[in-house]
Amino acid sequence: MKEFGYTSVADTEAALAALREQPGTRLLAGGTEMLNWLKEGIERPERLVDITALPLRDVEPLPGGGLRLGALARMSEVAAHPEVVRGHPALAESLLLAASPQLRNMATLGGNLQQRTRCPYFRAETGDLPCNKRTPGSGCAALSSGETEEQALFGWTGECAATHPSDLAVALAALDADVLAEGPRGPRRIPAAAFHLTPEQAPPERHSALASDELITAVEVPGPAPLSHYVKVRQRASYEFALVSAAAVVEVEDGTLATARIALGGVAHRPWRLTAAEEALRGADPEDGDAVYAALAQDFAAARPLPGGSNAYKAELARRTAVRAVRDAARRHGAASGTTPEGSDQ
Amino acid sequence: MSTHSELPLLLTVNGEKREVPDCDVRATLLDVLRERLGLTGAKKGCDRGECGACTVHLDGRAVLSCLTLAASARGSEVTTVEGLAASDGTPHPMQEAFHTHDAFQCGFCTPGQLMSAIACVREGHAGSEAEIREWMSGNLCRCAAYPQIRAAVAEVAAVTAEGAEGEAR
Amino acid sequence: MNAEVSPPVAGLRRPDGPAKLAGTARYVADVPAGDALVATMVCATVPRADRAVVDASAARRAPGVAAVLTADDLPPLRYEGAVGQSVLPMTDHVVRYEGQPVALVLADTGERSRHAADLVRVTYEGVRPVLAFADAEDTVESRPMMGPADHGTGDVARGLAEARTVVGATYTTSDRHHSPIEPSATLARWDGDRLTVHDTVQSVSATRAVLATAFGLEAEQVRVVCPFVGGGFGCKGYIWPHQVLTAAAARTAGRAVRLALTRAQMFTSCGHQPQTRQTVTLGADAEGRLTALRHHSVNATSRHHEYAEATTDACASLYAGPHIELRRRMRHTDRATPTPMRSPHEGPGLFALESAVDELAYAAGLDPLAFRLRNLPARDALTGAPFSTHELRACLERGAERFGWDRRAPEPRATREGDELVGLGMAALSLETHRSPSSARVRRTADGRVRVEAGTEEIGTGQPGVLATVAAEVLDVRPEDVEVVFGDSRLPVTSMTAGSSATMGVGSAVLLAARAVREKLAGGAEEAEAEASWGPQEGSDGLGRKDTMSVHAYGAVFVEVRVDALLGRVRVARCTGAYAAGRIINPLAARSQMTGGLTWGLGQALLERSRFDVEFGRFRSKNLAGYAVPVNADVPELDVFFVEDHDTYASPLGAKGIGELAPLGVSAAVANAVFHATGVRVRSLPIGIPDLLEGMPRD
Repeated sequence: MKEFGYTSVADTEAALAALREQPGTRLLAGGTEMLNWLKEGIERPERLVDITALPLRDVEPLPGGGLRLGALARMSEVAAHPEVVRGHPALAESLLLAASPQLRNMATLGGNLQQRTRCPYFRAETGDLPCNKRTPGSGCAALSSGETEEQALFGWTGECAATHPSDLAVALAALDADVLAEGPRGPRRIPAAAFHLTPEQAPPERHSALASDELITAVEVPGPAPLSHYVKVRQRASYEFALVSAAAVVEVEDGTLATARIALGGVAHRPWRLTAAEEALRGADPEDGDAVYAALAQDFAAARPLPGGSNAYKAELARRTAVRAVRDAARRHGAASGTTPEGSDQ
Repeated sequence: MSTHSELPLLLTVNGEKREVPDCDVRATLLDVLRERLGLTGAKKGCDRGECGACTVHLDGRAVLSCLTLAASARGSEVTTVEGLAASDGTPHPMQEAFHTHDAFQCGFCTPGQLMSAIACVREGHAGSEAEIREWMSGNLCRCAAYPQIRAAVAEVAAVTAEGAEGEAR
Repeated sequence: MNAEVSPPVAGLRRPDGPAKLAGTARYVADVPAGDALVATMVCATVPRADRAVVDASAARRAPGVAAVLTADDLPPLRYEGAVGQSVLPMTDHVVRYEGQPVALVLADTGERSRHAADLVRVTYEGVRPVLAFADAEDTVESRPMMGPADHGTGDVARGLAEARTVVGATYTTSDRHHSPIEPSATLARWDGDRLTVHDTVQSVSATRAVLATAFGLEAEQVRVVCPFVGGGFGCKGYIWPHQVLTAAAARTAGRAVRLALTRAQMFTSCGHQPQTRQTVTLGADAEGRLTALRHHSVNATSRHHEYAEATTDACASLYAGPHIELRRRMRHTDRATPTPMRSPHEGPGLFALESAVDELAYAAGLDPLAFRLRNLPARDALTGAPFSTHELRACLERGAERFGWDRRAPEPRATREGDELVGLGMAALSLETHRSPSSARVRRTADGRVRVEAGTEEIGTGQPGVLATVAAEVLDVRPEDVEVVFGDSRLPVTSMTAGSSATMGVGSAVLLAARAVREKLAGGAEEAEAEASWGPQEGSDGLGRKDTMSVHAYGAVFVEVRVDALLGRVRVARCTGAYAAGRIINPLAARSQMTGGLTWGLGQALLERSRFDVEFGRFRSKNLAGYAVPVNADVPELDVFFVEDHDTYASPLGAKGIGELAPLGVSAAVANAVFHATGVRVRSLPIGIPDLLEGMPRD
């Protein structure tokens, strides 16, 4: 870890000023990502500005049942918030199924969204391996090595086939949430589903729509969305990133789906919304797995497993995971509200 | 705005004020505890937030000290495994329960397990075996004393609940 | 609501418990190091090159740096004896494997040492292409450590011709890493020509011998201290280059030096369990008797070192069979050197054998348990030697009863509960009993206190409690009244804490020493001290084996899995392990050894795989996020019990080894249960969702 300067600030203005003043300034909040980047040499800042004292920690209800979540609210605080548990169960589940209790006590919502890929080449203990995200122009070891079980199905290019690891981002994408940012050009609102950038949209070293002089202040989740559910599929029963995941937000009328929004995780460098399915699922019986599976066909026709096919299984797995998420979101209809994901997977 | 590459660090550790006069701002809380304050109970198993052996309580919350920049913990209260026993040396009930249930083997992950176990009970996540399993999954134990750890946590949770009922009466 | 509280198992609470629970037990990295320099290894990032060119100029200028050592700076060193691999890096400039050290940075603090290591620039001349497992040739060990590479009896072709049912398949196991939570660490301090080393090792005496040889010293000039090991599982058994290099750096720098490996370095510095490819062919006659057994196996090793997994030999103590053909090969590839890992040999081997036996039982229309009971051997099937004890039948029958095996539906994919397919599977297992000589000293003072001294390390097996119990029984005191002093090469020499041999070896030495003390006391002495040694029978080989007797521990493991019918996700719901492992000294600690071992088996079955990247010649994820070991949520309640067994041939204590017993057979039992649940046979470990999804219709 190279030497850097450290300072802390107490308000958003000062944080933005610090970003503006000195190139090479990076912000530090929960630290669960930044410390690892520093240790691996993925980030080599001149200066760290500690923003944990900024007053961005509250969870507030919005008119109409939505929520405004401060960017520095801890994952554990948001997951346990009664309004979140009651009105947005998929959000609570995505947080509780992520990381570990200790990490959730540290990591903030804004930081969670700024995680970087868990691609093993990006995360390697050495910077000598080809990785366009880590060293622009160096190539993509994942694509050249051919063992690509964890790599992307959608939105990848010959430059990068990484996936984004955040569970929260997937739930937010399905919930139609917005990320609120402030910067020298004023405040702006970025749809959660568009916050992360695929290498089709921007060079691989760009991870998100957030500019380097901007700061996330909050996340706004419309709602309520009581019929929502997050399914995470992984080999280990806990404390592991998803192979794939799915968040579903539905409305049910007379036993059939009135609306359905689905986002997938682990299949692209951003949460992947299944937009065609939203139309195709209208009127479908959520208990009819064949019908739901069939309604996903158009979206999955665009899935592109990598050459060699070692991640081809992901297309089938993600599709089945979406089927499960839709069913279990709909099953919340008429059930007592609130969730206590216990055990680990559901 | 003043920036620092070394900082004076003031912490309250296990109830005592501790000062590190010239703390390298790169230092993690784990390294400060171990290298500067002589508190080697918290362990460095991975230094990347992947094993839980460095778990301590920071202002009452269980956190990973290997991913905590010491500078950002200035002024905080830190509790480590060394601070669990009563002042007369009586072990914490969780330490006692770990001993009785053989909830450790090599002992290297044990300080972190204890800190998570105490937080698990205190935060109300020890209501069932399945809940304990999930909430104790942030601490790897390669010797795999997992069922014994759950038994110890369940026992302390039950005793704690009885105590709370007793107080209510 | 509260979780159900289960009462603790009876037994001696660990005497080392209070220190471990208070955080005051000192592991090597916890030892106050005074002014010791902090060493950071700089490792090669290519697998093979003629020369690593190290530019340390920037690092040497960095704040706090005392020295950056390269191959040009070290004294001549001999690297021989109980060493992990056949070459010592940094004695020349050649790169022989990815991850090998090429420079050692010494600085005053950890932050500065690590930063300076980042500043070391290494370039490589003559980088060679990677030779991978798939492309390497089978070779035979030049000096077989584990018995003959080719072994057999009868004529397998004839046995297969006589069979009514024949199955044959290829099974693979993955590269795995020990991943103890404690990374290896060394603190070396010279005082003139005397060397003191605190080192994370499974043998202080073997480490002393290797270090003495390395520096041309007498053993007495070297002291190695290691009371507590934060898990080893094999990777701290043999002595690895970083340990010798740290001592060499201390000598060169003229100051104490300490090194702790990073987690990433743990993946290349102290061994791994290599991938295996095994082919098993079995035949059974109309009565369900085994007529033929062929087991061929090959594993990866490094280019420069012979390491062979003896996967094939367990069959001879599990099954009667007139026709057996076993073959063991290695492939030299570009990688760091493998080493034994809990459990070696039978660990990967029984996955193949016990999966194949399950396949044969289905093919022959027999219950897998009944098939095994029908084929129990009366004598060692390969050598004809009698068994010292053989309680496999009791393990199978009583384990099955406790587990409720008789409630199993015979057909696969027959049980569904909600979203889950339920399956039951089982495996038989045996562990060759390895024995090594050890010594110990016992003293009883006039106040009735007993002190036991032995070099051995406490690695989590509960050695202090075992030794206290043994001495207390002989000298008629409470185990709590026995002080056990351990973990120092100045104490009586003990064998390596490895191969499930410590209780037999050190425990038997304590037993004999305590008996000698008792005799002296019976003669009227008020105080007495005695030292004693114990070793396996005359004529035994280096592993304590003797041809005239077949000595093994046995077990049977039963598993219930639940597989998500839609998503292919496997969870183990319950597990029963029944074991015959000689006399159990401390039931409390022994149960923990077994439940821990079962969890190792579950990890092998469902999680653990270090992907080897063929293009870059490296393990792809050198961290505990990419290399997944079981967490608490993976492990169900585990039911373990021991059947009566007392093997005084194995050791005077009647004990055998248990640490490597419990992981055995678990992966096969899980695979067999997954087949029973889903109808999909998975022959590669770990069993992953991709393996199952294709064969599982969506319903």
